[in-house]
Amino acid sequence: MKSCLAAHLAVAAGFSPNPLSDVGAILSWQFMRSAYEAGTVVAIVSGVVGYFVVLRQTAFAAHALSDMGFPGAAGAALIGVNPVVGMLVFTLAVGAVMGALGERVRGRDTVIGIVLAFALALGYLFSSLYSGNSTEAFALLFGQITGVTSWDVVVTVAASVVALGAIAIMYRPLLFASVDEVVAEARRVPVRLLSVGFMLALALAVSAAVQVIGVLLIFALLVTPAAIAERLTRRPGAAIACGSALAVAFVWLGLAISYYQPYPPSFFIVGLGFATYVAVRVVPGRRTRSGRGLIGRWDALMRSTSPLH
Amino acid sequence: MNDPPGKGDPLAPLEPGARGSPDSIVRAIGLAAGYGPTPVWAGANFEVRAGEFVAVLGPNGAGKSTLLRVILGLVTVQAGTIAVLGAPPRRGNPGIGYVPQSRLLDTGAAIRGVDLVGFGLDGGHWGVPIPGPGRRTTRARVAAAIEAVGASAQAGRRLGELSGGERQRLLLAQALVGEPRLLLLDEPLASLDIRNQVVIARLIARIARERSLAVLFVAHDVNPLLPVVDRVLYLARGHVEIGPPEQVVTSATLSRLYGSEVDVVVDRHGHRFVVGLEGEATHPHPDDGSVAQQPAGRPAP
Repeated sequence: MKSCLAAHLAVAAGFSPNPLSDVGAILSWQFMRSAYEAGTVVAIVSGVVGYFVVLRQTAFAAHALSDMGFPGAAGAALIGVNPVVGMLVFTLAVGAVMGALGERVRGRDTVIGIVLAFALALGYLFSSLYSGNSTEAFALLFGQITGVTSWDVVVTVAASVVALGAIAIMYRPLLFASVDEVVAEARRVPVRLLSVGFMLALALAVSAAVQVIGVLLIFALLVTPAAIAERLTRRPGAAIACGSALAVAFVWLGLAISYYQPYPPSFFIVGLGFATYVAVRVVPGRRTRSGRGLIGRWDALMRSTSPLH
Repeated sequence: MNDPPGKGDPLAPLEPGARGSPDSIVRAIGLAAGYGPTPVWAGANFEVRAGEFVAVLGPNGAGKSTLLRVILGLVTVQAGTIAVLGAPPRRGNPGIGYVPQSRLLDTGAAIRGVDLVGFGLDGGHWGVPIPGPGRRTTRARVAAAIEAVGASAQAGRRLGELSGGERQRLLLAQALVGEPRLLLLDEPLASLDIRNQVVIARLIARIARERSLAVLFVAHDVNPLLPVVDRVLYLARGHVEIGPPEQVVTSATLSRLYGSEVDVVVDRHGHRFVVGLEGEATHPHPDDGSVAQQPAGRPAP
């Protein structure tokens, strides 16, 4: 795919004055259309699931799932199965175990770290057995969205729809259990079941996001947009909508920039998110009690546009 | 102070098998409970009636939280019987409002006080909230509960931006929004400064009186509760007893209860003040995976 991009670069060396013709040029390529399709769906599901990742403080679990999916994807390729399917099987299995263990996973950083290191090494071994070099591993670790096939798009959309549906069904009790597990349990909310359910939805989101951003950069879609959103609004529904919109914007812009620059899209997607996060961190009065100023206006905007509140 | 039914006869013996009075909210006969093979306490006989404000006292590890968890249906009884609102305890009983030890997530997460209170009504319902008349009714009830605890000005803030007192008010509103008949409070004053402790204790007593709620209030420091308490239920050395404050809150009883020197000072107005329990600091519950002790919040406006 890199050669494909390079060949194209010789033709179009930069943005044209007319943005519409840029969009037309970018989308005239099948691989870019697939990249945009998969990237958009992944961004939406990442924004939704990311809100709960930040709320439940399970960013580490998201990374662990991602790392554990790596040998799954590489192993699947080795035995001739679609890597996305291998990734899904591994992350779902690991997610179910982590969800069932629940609280007992916390504070076991040493053990988890040792297991994750082995998982990464195993994935590396499988990919070098498969291709004889490290290109395959590199694509899985750092993402290769322009290498997404139309079959990958179908699998990604299916996984994302299931994850979004699961979050929609679990929405209120999951919110309750994430904020106050003790009272939720006393009120007969099935907190353990929700823990497993959320980890499975997270596993689906991680598997989808890995294709866009790679195993190692997973936070850029699953944490960064949600972390920015929680600084822009106080409402759960608005934060979810805002996080998804930001993730979509990063993916779209990152892909567009990488079309004209000989650098990987992953870098631009991560970089845009990072720059935005830094920007909202330094906006003064971000934690004002009255919510006046920029953040207050944002909040008012999100209030009027959010579908949930 | 109100004069709820049952106050005049606090130590009336319970006849085993007898039906509780119509306003009986919690009735325990020969009750024993615990987590391991040996119960934390046993032989508990007590009855709490509608409108009664009962302080639950006892040293660390005496099983105060266990008692609340039995009533909530989260811990099964090992012996004896207990009736909660005329039926065996069951999880998710809508007649119970519960405020546990404060251990909420303390992040900048995008979630507000009003969302927290809303959990008390529809936190257990599946799916996303659907706009419509039902949603408007829910919002109105949430707003009324927040108004009742005097936290309307703070309810729109993020949870992480609330002081300890503001948070406790909103958790109280969450417990009240489902219109329960029994309120279970597990050290709700633990993280508050002294001024807020008195304010919140009086607020709870006033609401309980207005709504004829039975209140079981676990506390380490009984002083903020003494002006409002009807009876004291105390747990120590595996036993559970209940009695009026004049009998329980005495130097002799409390010293025996805590196994250390405790003085009760009675001023000329008959107000009691307990000295010597300051060392009984609030304790983090390790099984909650969190710390109960929090920095004292700003005084509520």
